[in-house]
Amino acid sequence: MTVVLGILAITVLLVFIIWFVSGPLRHPASAAPTQNSQQRALEAARDAKYAEIRDTELDYRTGKLSEEDFRTLDRQLRAEAVEILRSLDKLR
Amino acid sequence: MAVVGRAVLVVALLTTLFGITAALYGARHGRRDWVDAGRRSVYALAVILTVAFALLEVAFIDNDFAFNTVANDSSLTTPLFYRAAAMWGSQEGSLLLWVWLLSLWSSLAVFLTRNRLREVVPYAVSVLLGFGAFFTSLLVFFATPFGTTTPAPTNGVGLDPLLRNPSMMIHPPMLYSGYTFFTIPFAFAVGALITRRVDAEWIQVARRFALASWLFLGVGILLGARWAYSEIGWGGYWGWDAVENAALMPWLISTAFLHSIMIQEKRGMLKIWNASLVLAASTLAILGTFLVRSGILSSIHAFGASTLGIPFVVLIAVMVIGSIYLVVSRRDVLRSEHRLDSLFSREAAFMLNNVLLVGLTFVIFWGTFFPLISEVATGTQSVVGTPWFDRYTVPLALMLVLLSGIGPVIPWRRATLAKARRNFALPLVAAAAMLIASFTVLPISSSVPTVALFCCVAFVFASVGQEFWRGWRARRATSGDSPPRALISMVRRNRRRYGGYIVHVGLAVLFVGVAASSTFSRTQFVNLQKGQSTVVGGYKMTNVRPTAAIVTDPTSTGALLTLGVIMRVTHDGRYVTTLHPVAQYYDDETGGEGPVGSLIGGDSVSTLSLHSSFRRDISAAIDAPDIQSELQGEINHANTLVLDERSEGAVAQTKLSYYLLAAIAGGYVRHPPAAPLKLASSPLVMWLWLGALVVFAGGLIAIWPTAGVSGRVRARYLARVAHELGRA
Repeated sequence: MTVVLGILAITVLLVFIIWFVSGPLRHPASAAPTQNSQQRALEAARDAKYAEIRDTELDYRTGKLSEEDFRTLDRQLRAEAVEILRSLDKLR
Repeated sequence: MAVVGRAVLVVALLTTLFGITAALYGARHGRRDWVDAGRRSVYALAVILTVAFALLEVAFIDNDFAFNTVANDSSLTTPLFYRAAAMWGSQEGSLLLWVWLLSLWSSLAVFLTRNRLREVVPYAVSVLLGFGAFFTSLLVFFATPFGTTTPAPTNGVGLDPLLRNPSMMIHPPMLYSGYTFFTIPFAFAVGALITRRVDAEWIQVARRFALASWLFLGVGILLGARWAYSEIGWGGYWGWDAVENAALMPWLISTAFLHSIMIQEKRGMLKIWNASLVLAASTLAILGTFLVRSGILSSIHAFGASTLGIPFVVLIAVMVIGSIYLVVSRRDVLRSEHRLDSLFSREAAFMLNNVLLVGLTFVIFWGTFFPLISEVATGTQSVVGTPWFDRYTVPLALMLVLLSGIGPVIPWRRATLAKARRNFALPLVAAAAMLIASFTVLPISSSVPTVALFCCVAFVFASVGQEFWRGWRARRATSGDSPPRALISMVRRNRRRYGGYIVHVGLAVLFVGVAASSTFSRTQFVNLQKGQSTVVGGYKMTNVRPTAAIVTDPTSTGALLTLGVIMRVTHDGRYVTTLHPVAQYYDDETGGEGPVGSLIGGDSVSTLSLHSSFRRDISAAIDAPDIQSELQGEINHANTLVLDERSEGAVAQTKLSYYLLAAIAGGYVRHPPAAPLKLASSPLVMWLWLGALVVFAGGLIAIWPTAGVSGRVRARYLARVAHELGRA
């Protein structure tokens, strides 16, 4: 009896696994659409650049950067952000 | 049940093999459906291994001694709490725990990246399932947890008494979670290198997973240290044991990675270095797993000699060779985008921090593997001890603590002399004040490294405190928030920065605890008769009276006899605390010592009695008296009495055995020998635990997901950038 139950349990598990894993192969259309990978990378780069701009601003406000250095750096970072936004626009 | 368990493991292995094939096929042919089938295989593996894990847990809880692992690591007298944790006391059970946790964390990673890194994920899935296949193969072919014996024994050997500690329930799962989590950044690094996508999106994912593994492994190491501290047999909170070192090495390397990845994120530099670090951290994590399981190095934590060494060596070789190949072959996409602007910048401080952390790891690696290295070179195994490790690690640790104070006060790219003078003034004053205090107020001037460390810690406190103060003041000025609200919003808006600063403070506090307790601890090994006293580190400790208890083990570990002493502790005549160190005796399941002798014929364990305070830990431990030989006559007599009552039946015999054991214990209390005690007074140990908690709190703040840049802030920056765009 125990052996039969064991075989039954394994069979149920096996069938469930095959059904679950093969789902995308049986219904290929159900595969979730994803964004263009280059776009995702650029969006990540944009977010990182925004964080860097904020970091620089905080460095300035906490007295680690002189005003002159901050202005130069901030302008440079914003120019880099602009480049990223331009690249993003080209993709859209 | 055992057959079902074995079949489940085979299904798990087949699932991993299918998943690897599907993901790689999907990646090569651009078939999203096959990639998704591979991804689902990871989830399926988690389900299958959960079933296997549950089957073995049920066997332990039900005392099913037909299972060899249950018979070897549990018994009828093992309490339920420890039966539930006994699975990972065995080689096979702990391997199952390892691969089960791997499948759970892999599923989480695959779920979190379901819409990200489209090209990378198939390869990452293959690597994760590759690890799954490796460990499942070990369970199927080398160390099955579902092996059985027929007929089943009526009782098991029992869980090693040293493992009967509440930490057993949480320390191994946390440590293994750390180890298994390291496979995730490894898998995504391999995927990113194969697809040449070492970009900002990969950095986001790799950083977060590396931080999670750092956090889990760190908590696991801390729990292990805490356990070792409370259990006499483990040798203190840190003993430079091979297995302890094996856990520390990947943690140090991931600490280096978490710093240097910021340089790549902001400046596009150190790409080769970062890829190498993340691959090395995971390889070291597998090396740690190998050390525990292979028995190649002697360690109190290891499982002893086994047949798993060769498969692990093959896996590590594949990881090392594959990693080197990937980094070398992808050096074109790993080229740095910028150069270092100045040696006086945060990048430079991070680079130095990386050099120190990698140097520290190398020292620990050398010391850990020195027995093998010396055997190869000279034919005899030599071991390096704590003094050797201290000689090299203490200076490196000092420099790291100092750097953790320097980093926060210098900006990225370039610091100016004027600003540096202003930012370093307060930390330097704090360090100088600590130096003066060390030779006047604090009793630490006898140890130069401790004085140096305390000065570095003062430097860190001042520099981080200054950063918090200035940030908070700036936040208040710009937002007009109330003081507490400004502090919270400042941290919330800059979680990585302030989470990192909190980690630095926590580490500084932790090092204070380590330095003070390892330099100024006072320990005495002494035999005290009832009523006798001794003084340890200024604390008078008196043996008030002996204690004995049978069956009613106060710590619920299943010990049948507990002997101890009540110790009264006073300082300058004032009462401080009462300690109750005990030695616990466990039964011998084989019954070879006779009916009474077998009740206490197993292993014995001494448990520390501890009074912990912010300033000092006072502890006492009793070295388990060898009562088998000291009370041999009484035990032999009791055995004879019980065997003479054979006609009364087994239940009556068992009752009589316990009565006689109680009588023997009572006699021991009435006429106790001098108690062999280890008494210690250790300053600032609590700082170590508190520091570690602060470190993990900082880690949690840093890892806590942000909603990205908030809508308002994003709009502001977009407007600024748009303005620039209009001008450009």
